[in-house]
Amino acid sequence: MSFLEYRVKTAPTGLAKVLHINWALVLLVTATASVGWLMLTSVAGGDIDTWAGPQMKRFAVGLVLMFSVAFVPIWFWRNMAGLAYIVSLALLVVVEFFGTVGMGAQRWIALGPIVLQPSEMAKVTLVMMLAAYYDWLDPKKVSRPLWVLLPVLIILVPTALVVIQPNLGTALLLLMVGAAVMFLAGVSLWYFGVVAAMGVGAIFSVFSLRGTPWQFLHDYQYRRIDTFFDPTADPLGAGYNIIQAKIALGSGGWAGKGFMQGTQSRLNFLPEKHTDFIFNTLAEEFGFVGAASLLVLYALVIAFCVASAMQNRDRFSSLLILGIAANFFFYLAVNLSMVMGMAPVVGVPLPLVSYGGSAMLVLMVAFGLVQSAHVHRLR
Amino acid sequence: MRRSARDSEDSARKVNRRALFLGGAMTAMFAVLGARMRYLQVDQADEFKLLAEENRINIRLIPPTRGQIFDRNGRLIAGNEQNYRVVITREDAGDVEAVLRRLADVIPLTEPDIERVMTEARRHSPFVPIIVADRMAWDDLSKVAINAPSLPGVTPEVVLSRAYPLDTDFAHVVGYVGPVSENDLAKIEDPDPLLKIPEFQIGKIGVETWMEDTLRGKAGTKRIEVNAYGRMMREIDRVEGDAGDDIRLTIDAEIQDFVQARLGAESAAAVAIDVITGDILAICSSPSFDPNLFVRGISFKDYAALTENDHRPLANKAVQGAYPPGSTFKMVTALAALEAGVITPETAVYCPGHYETGGRRFHCWKRGGHGMVSLSRSLSESCDVYYYDIAQRVGIDKIAEMGRRLGLGMRHDLPMSAITEGIMPDKAWKRQRYEQDWRIGDTINASIGQGYVLASPLQLAVMTARVASGRAVQPRLVRSVGDTELPVPEAPPLGVDGSLLRSVRQGMYAVINERRGTGHTNRIVDPALVMAGKSGTSQVRNISAAERARGVISNDQLPWNRRDHALFVGFAPFDAPRVAVAVVVEHGGGGSSVAGPIVRDVILRCLTPGPLPPLSAYPESQRARMETLLTSLPLRKIEPEVTARSRA
Repeated sequence: MSFLEYRVKTAPTGLAKVLHINWALVLLVTATASVGWLMLTSVAGGDIDTWAGPQMKRFAVGLVLMFSVAFVPIWFWRNMAGLAYIVSLALLVVVEFFGTVGMGAQRWIALGPIVLQPSEMAKVTLVMMLAAYYDWLDPKKVSRPLWVLLPVLIILVPTALVVIQPNLGTALLLLMVGAAVMFLAGVSLWYFGVVAAMGVGAIFSVFSLRGTPWQFLHDYQYRRIDTFFDPTADPLGAGYNIIQAKIALGSGGWAGKGFMQGTQSRLNFLPEKHTDFIFNTLAEEFGFVGAASLLVLYALVIAFCVASAMQNRDRFSSLLILGIAANFFFYLAVNLSMVMGMAPVVGVPLPLVSYGGSAMLVLMVAFGLVQSAHVHRLR
Repeated sequence: MRRSARDSEDSARKVNRRALFLGGAMTAMFAVLGARMRYLQVDQADEFKLLAEENRINIRLIPPTRGQIFDRNGRLIAGNEQNYRVVITREDAGDVEAVLRRLADVIPLTEPDIERVMTEARRHSPFVPIIVADRMAWDDLSKVAINAPSLPGVTPEVVLSRAYPLDTDFAHVVGYVGPVSENDLAKIEDPDPLLKIPEFQIGKIGVETWMEDTLRGKAGTKRIEVNAYGRMMREIDRVEGDAGDDIRLTIDAEIQDFVQARLGAESAAAVAIDVITGDILAICSSPSFDPNLFVRGISFKDYAALTENDHRPLANKAVQGAYPPGSTFKMVTALAALEAGVITPETAVYCPGHYETGGRRFHCWKRGGHGMVSLSRSLSESCDVYYYDIAQRVGIDKIAEMGRRLGLGMRHDLPMSAITEGIMPDKAWKRQRYEQDWRIGDTINASIGQGYVLASPLQLAVMTARVASGRAVQPRLVRSVGDTELPVPEAPPLGVDGSLLRSVRQGMYAVINERRGTGHTNRIVDPALVMAGKSGTSQVRNISAAERARGVISNDQLPWNRRDHALFVGFAPFDAPRVAVAVVVEHGGGGSSVAGPIVRDVILRCLTPGPLPPLSAYPESQRARMETLLTSLPLRKIEPEVTARSRA
């Protein structure tokens, strides 16, 4: 651990930290969130108080959290990683027994005014845990089977707890982000190749065994997959949402129908228009130009994170930043694929833009960790 | 665990390499997302824009205003009345029951009304208005309007609905409208989408149904923006439809009203027809019913009262009732025999009171016999034996052919419901119908309009008009559609020699105007309005030999439904006929005494400006009685012509 100690001398202290904050990233995050406020105002029919107002307040709280986390030295957070991981696992277990199911089968616990969604927390604590693990592990050993098995277990335990909630979307994101951190840490590509091959084989057998007594999935689960591939087969049932979402998106055209002029969202054809499908409202009202702009904003947020990580010579810091960036990316990629009809509807919100507190706060804490790593980086 | 600086440098480089790789993968994914967006939003934008429009825009039909029905002088028979009603919308009302209770303090609402509204409100979407009270008085409607602040979700409305101001007078002619039933839809091929609008009404019987296409008009459309739940958000634009065409009937509402009143409570029918144009001036069936009851939705009790009445108010006896025409048929037999040349008007037949043929004896109504009878006397005194004899000579097929030429045994094409064909029997008909040979007795019976012969009052009126004019007059009920007067087709000649028709008409003249004529009491003394006619009394039962032995008992002693039908046909003025009238009084008794007076009153009413027939046309001895009778008729005050075809 003494390796870290000498950094203290070069790290800024006190108010000087403010100067070392990655302000460009703060600005980008704020800009992205403000796109959300705009769209939440639009889907509420021009009324700010319905969704945009609470969302802004949450973002303000999020900013305070982010700066608080950012000002705490990164090595403190590294030392906290194990504890945070254990706490989030405990919460996942608690929520299994005492939590409330709602909002699309997400489990949450209400602690007074704070609504806790342990599955959201788990995404960040898992990244922290894995980053700390690979920081501790001799880089030469990362590809040894035993040392590969351990992080796989670290990933699978929270994933399993989330799967039984049941929250497949988040479980998938946990798997992907965990795999991303392992990949970044330098685990041999062979492992990934084997897992990918096994995945393809599993998918193939799932489909080839359909209709036989040995089929893996329930019939309704197969039907859901069918619906994804051909939503028009059931236009008023399961396919309705995805068809209406695509119509909203496509009808926006090049420049969109204008602010609050989106008929699909205004007339409620668009489902979950303020949460999962908010991107479609943006695309409908501001067209390709507006939607692509948001895409660019997201890309810049990730690019700044990656740049920050690559400048950082501390293994924990860079793995943490990259893991959080990957998490952020998977989040938005899954949501966008879903709302554009490229992936089944799994109920993943659009980060920073969709209405919702818990996900936003967790994300802001994650950006706080990114900032902390950036401020306290090894120079 | 201490690591060399070199190690950490290496691992950092490895992380950076992999970070770049991951960054590249992310960039690729961003590119895919962007390309997908471009594909949907730019390449396929038009298609999706179309789909979004289809989603958003709903086309709703605007029901057209139904065409109105007027009499020949433009007096309203069927119109569209403003109907005041109150509806409630669940989502605006909040607590529906509480609002309804408050509403009940303002307008009369019964407990079952409230229950019904509550049930309907629960069943429909919250934005669907439910009718609370229909056909309200204006006062009640304004009370609702005044109390609006305490009645959230309650809206007073004005809609058009069908109304028949002359209710019972035209119930059988015009019929009524009602909501479209499943049955109606099943009957129509490719139904107008209008029919699927809730509350839309179509003609159910009578002119309303037979001229449905004319009256209905063409639906307008409005394009409205709807949300995903089908709620209308706003109207985008509308194309007004075309109102249905108005119809003018040939009927004179005042005459119709007079005739209906004159028939009174009898189970009877009367038809008055213009002998030149064929225009039906009045066509009544009694007793009648109020068609407005059906438009509003008739109660079970009211409907039962109509169906259980033995006078059958719902039946349109004028066109639907088929009666043995009795002696009114004698003109047909006479004309057939005359045309065939088997007799001349002067040919005399001896009537001993009965006629024997094929071992059977057929009686004349006059047991003592008429003695030597010629055509004129055979009609005026209605000798049966004369017709038994000449019918034997001419044969049934010629009689039937003459009957058909005079309009019997065929369906006259009028826009009315359930028009009967009647029966004009001949040998082929019996063969087909009963698979039996025609017998002599059948001809005997048919010769005096009994046996198989059946005719409706409409057919009898047409027959009389044809005899009077010598032309194949076609009855007609519709004078104009929209602004177009329908042409009056010139009736082709009957093809019966004029002199033969004249001698038959002369006989009909004698019926009424000669002292011994059966209809002498029904004479018109005004020389300009002289009437000719023929009475008929048709049996509805067989007189058994036992009865005959006891002496035929008079009608008065029989139960109502076994009494004879009273018939009378007439036309006037005799010199230049203008109007022909046929009256049938079911189980009325004697034709001359029961149906004849009605025919005379109707004829006089048709030929004079009204409102009542002139007393001066009646024989002096009858005037006092007629005055009492005519002035006591419950005539209604009919609104004068509706100008400018105003629509309510």
